[in-house]
Amino acid sequence: MRYSGFKVLMEGLTGNKGWKPVWREPDPKPDYDIIIVGGGGHGLATAYYLAKEFGEKRVAVLEKGWIGSGNIGRNTTIIRSNYLLKGNQPFYEKSLKMWEDLEQDFNYNAMVSQRGILNLIHNDPQRDAFVRRGNGMHLSGADAVLLDEKGIREMCPFLDFKNARFPIRGGLWQPRGGTVRHDAVAWGYARGADERGVDIIQNCEVTGFDIQDGVCTGVQTSRGAIKAKKVAVCVAGSSSRVMAQAGMRLPIESCVLQAFVTEGLKPVLPGVITFGAGHFYVSQSDKGGLVFGGDIDAYNTYAQRGNLPVVEDVCEGGMAVMPMIGRARLLRMWGGIMDMSMDGSPFIDKTHIDGLYFNGGWCYGGFKATPASGYCYAHLLSTDRPHETATAFRLDRFMTGHAIDEKGQGAQPNLH
Amino acid sequence: MIINHPLLGPRDAAEFVVKGDANLINRPDWQADDAAQQFYEYAYLRDNPAGEHRELWYHEQGDRSWLVVTRNTLTHEVTKVELARDVARAAGRSA
Repeated sequence: MRYSGFKVLMEGLTGNKGWKPVWREPDPKPDYDIIIVGGGGHGLATAYYLAKEFGEKRVAVLEKGWIGSGNIGRNTTIIRSNYLLKGNQPFYEKSLKMWEDLEQDFNYNAMVSQRGILNLIHNDPQRDAFVRRGNGMHLSGADAVLLDEKGIREMCPFLDFKNARFPIRGGLWQPRGGTVRHDAVAWGYARGADERGVDIIQNCEVTGFDIQDGVCTGVQTSRGAIKAKKVAVCVAGSSSRVMAQAGMRLPIESCVLQAFVTEGLKPVLPGVITFGAGHFYVSQSDKGGLVFGGDIDAYNTYAQRGNLPVVEDVCEGGMAVMPMIGRARLLRMWGGIMDMSMDGSPFIDKTHIDGLYFNGGWCYGGFKATPASGYCYAHLLSTDRPHETATAFRLDRFMTGHAIDEKGQGAQPNLH
Repeated sequence: MIINHPLLGPRDAAEFVVKGDANLINRPDWQADDAAQQFYEYAYLRDNPAGEHRELWYHEQGDRSWLVVTRNTLTHEVTKVELARDVARAAGRSA
């Protein structure tokens, strides 16, 4: 079924009786060409592009719970391509370009809104760093505008420009950045994949990999054994747990990232705003709530809830940059588990086991990467070669000295 | 979370900095034949278990001692707190 304004009109006139479930609930077949482990945003996007762009006919997505129940449903919905390093930035710019065409591509309203993202500058060294970053963005074809204090005042008059400790001196603005309706991304990809014959199998937990003589030939699941020519793991947040079943240790630690939303307010924020002196970012959802977040809780955890010290830190950041946020009441807060990698950058690669592939390590930047991650993973799975924008995301890069460390923090995952 | 410091008693986790897996105490032998491989695994690879986890916490806003905290990563329950120097000495790491 193709969605359109005409379809909505016709259904409205005929009692809305024509709407059908948008994906099937098939039982697993005994074997597939490609099995994707994990029905989150990246896994569903991978399945969609495998079917649509690479002509793969026999693909299944196995999901432990229900699709979209992980971080695609728990993030702060921001899209942007304002990275610096050449291993990262072309990939994220590809992703942003894909976001721009996504809704037409999969015929689903994902509410992609390019309302811009503004990174504030508070001192001279930070301006130098952001000038450099902006130039890096231009080199990849992305957009970046350096604003002075006057420019920020025109755009966001409500910020605390007179903060004695963290005065606002300017900002780096990416007009093409913005926000997306996150759940709709999972649903849109699931619908598009299902339409093209992908089996999306929910409540099907992978409990082991069939590995013989260094070759992966299938998976054991809570719904029986399933054979596959290729098994593609895509379970960021649980990567270490799942890959341990294949005997692998990963350059990843798991931490929780908390996010917050206030009561609904009238439109007050023009776009996404990030504080440059602490870690705080905020946008306003179309329902009116201020959606914001900050640092991860620094300890290893698999519990989808955080602790109060980080809540306090995030709220202090908000009050320092935007004091009016203190008048809003907090409605909800939640946490999602992040694959924190050793350099803050992700992995899209083969493993040393033939037929077993890995996608993960997205730290807390996975949502914006969803379309390109799916496309590049599908490219790798179908052609056995990495996509040209994802050649740096190798699992063995720490062994060979090719880390992609945007912040230069070194192998300390909770600082990325 | 409350960390029951062996010398100072119960302290708020906000006073600490978390370093990560306590296996970082077990620095490999740099003269071993496969030292490069061992240091790669030591510096970059982690078990990252769901469940009991031994990890290094540094009491930065307190007495600046390093602790080995045994904590459950699913429930956040702290079951054991030791001085890292005791753990290191027991493993023959320091005099």
